[in-house]
Amino acid sequence: MAASAWRRLALLLMLVTASAQAEIPADPLQSPAWRYLAQRYFGEAGVVFDPRVKLLLPVSAENPLSVPVHVDARALAEVREILVFADLNPIPVILRYQPGAQAEPSLGFRFKVQQATPVRAAVRTGDGQWHLGGAWIDAAGGGCTTPSLGTGSGLWKDHFGEISGHLWPRENGVQRLRLRVIHPMDTGLAGGIPAFYLDELQLQNGKGELLAKLQGFEPLAENPLLSFDLRNAGVVRVLARDTQANQLRGSVAP
Amino acid sequence: MRSLPVLLALLASLTALAAGHEYHLNGQKLADGVYVFVGAREHFSRANGGNIVNTGFIDTTEGAVVIDSGSSRLYGEQQRAWISGHSASRRIARVYITHAHPDHFLGSQAYAEVPQYALPATRASIAESGDRLSDNLYRLVGAAMSGTQSRTPNLPAGEGRVLIGGRALQLIAGSGHTEADLAVYDEASGTLFAGDLVFYQRTATTPNADIPRWLAALQRLEAIPYKTLVPGHGPVVQGPEAIAQTRDYLRWLQSTLQEAARKGVDLPELFEQPLPERFRDLALARVEFMRSAEHLYPALELDTLQGQGSH
Repeated sequence: MAASAWRRLALLLMLVTASAQAEIPADPLQSPAWRYLAQRYFGEAGVVFDPRVKLLLPVSAENPLSVPVHVDARALAEVREILVFADLNPIPVILRYQPGAQAEPSLGFRFKVQQATPVRAAVRTGDGQWHLGGAWIDAAGGGCTTPSLGTGSGLWKDHFGEISGHLWPRENGVQRLRLRVIHPMDTGLAGGIPAFYLDELQLQNGKGELLAKLQGFEPLAENPLLSFDLRNAGVVRVLARDTQANQLRGSVAP
Repeated sequence: MRSLPVLLALLASLTALAAGHEYHLNGQKLADGVYVFVGAREHFSRANGGNIVNTGFIDTTEGAVVIDSGSSRLYGEQQRAWISGHSASRRIARVYITHAHPDHFLGSQAYAEVPQYALPATRASIAESGDRLSDNLYRLVGAAMSGTQSRTPNLPAGEGRVLIGGRALQLIAGSGHTEADLAVYDEASGTLFAGDLVFYQRTATTPNADIPRWLAALQRLEAIPYKTLVPGHGPVVQGPEAIAQTRDYLRWLQSTLQEAARKGVDLPELFEQPLPERFRDLALARVEFMRSAEHLYPALELDTLQGQGSH
């Protein structure tokens, strides 16, 4: 191959690399892990930091085993997926949420934090673009490597897999669903306790139609307490599955 | 031997400088032989070295009775040096630790040979969690914590009247801010060291709180005919305003959280809740309300989920 052809190829490679990198905007939270995580989770897709993605969380974690977070992306249209991750957690991804046509793009949950970290909600809209909101949380840490509390209390022996919940009517035909599943949600990072967590949770209406789907990961807090906003008038069925293929079922009536 | 306290004070401040923190403690005289060290109305920071707390002492002919040893070994040492330099007795008779929060007891190393008293549940709590609390304070304030280690008070305190060096003190064993909260009342001067049962112009903290028990404890303190009240945090008062403010805030906090739970509010949504006008000027109002929501809301919201079944 001629030298000029090599040069052209090299130039092309540089351009490809440059354009791929140009799509990752500078991080307003100045996280050391930002570029790496952005490449890993968003790849070639467009990413913007967007104030319409609202993330509510504490300034500092009072309980590293259970940090409350609420994501609200209702200001965005056509939300397909919400990915929540904590940059500096040993396992960054906390959950993926796919609200259906009858679910609002908002949810609440708790997670385990290992150290001070940015927490982000990435919201994918119909055009494939990711919209990001986030904030730092300060933490004394240790949430991911501490054995779950129920291990010592006997809670799971008697109540494993139990689902409790409640529905509240809200404005504009929306119902707030809050539910809790008794599950250890072991991260696998505490000595001698293998990973064991809920990895799928589906919400269905009374007719069995899918309202929303949530994919859970290790950092979700023990006995997950989840909040959803649904455009659904009646009963909500809950179908969950964990990493040992236990099938958990419940339903919440208005 | 008159120069010994001065020498001690000098030594303490030299040590402090070497390790990086001088608290500039300066006791304020409240009555004959009664002094308070007033801390900043702030959260823990490197600048304040953890001195966000009110401590004090009551001088007797047997020595000074110290109420809380502060947030670090250096605080305790500088507090002790000041007391030795300014009390008539120039000795320390004993230390009372009001409760098991780190800003109140981590200075106890400075009183190693002095009898240290606390309510039984306070002693148990310090024995169990003192090291963790100390570690966390290192993280928050840094160098001011140099050489600090948690020490569990070696003697149990109990409710009742004690006579020390010609002075009658009433010990009030309350609870609610933590599992056990001690208040100390000096009969001669009418000074009530209320510990963290009372906050004034500084938002109350609730990491181990039980609000109904706390309100009951405030009722007991209110019945004491004090002339001067030293809150655990905030300025010293002569009237009922500090107890009234603490009670008002706790009642509002409790009812606000209960109402939110009944409506299905998610915990972080509370962070945006507007605060009533009367609490907005309290130091750290927003951040302490957020912390309190984290402490107290989980139990309330779980109650709303009872009675629903899985199948």
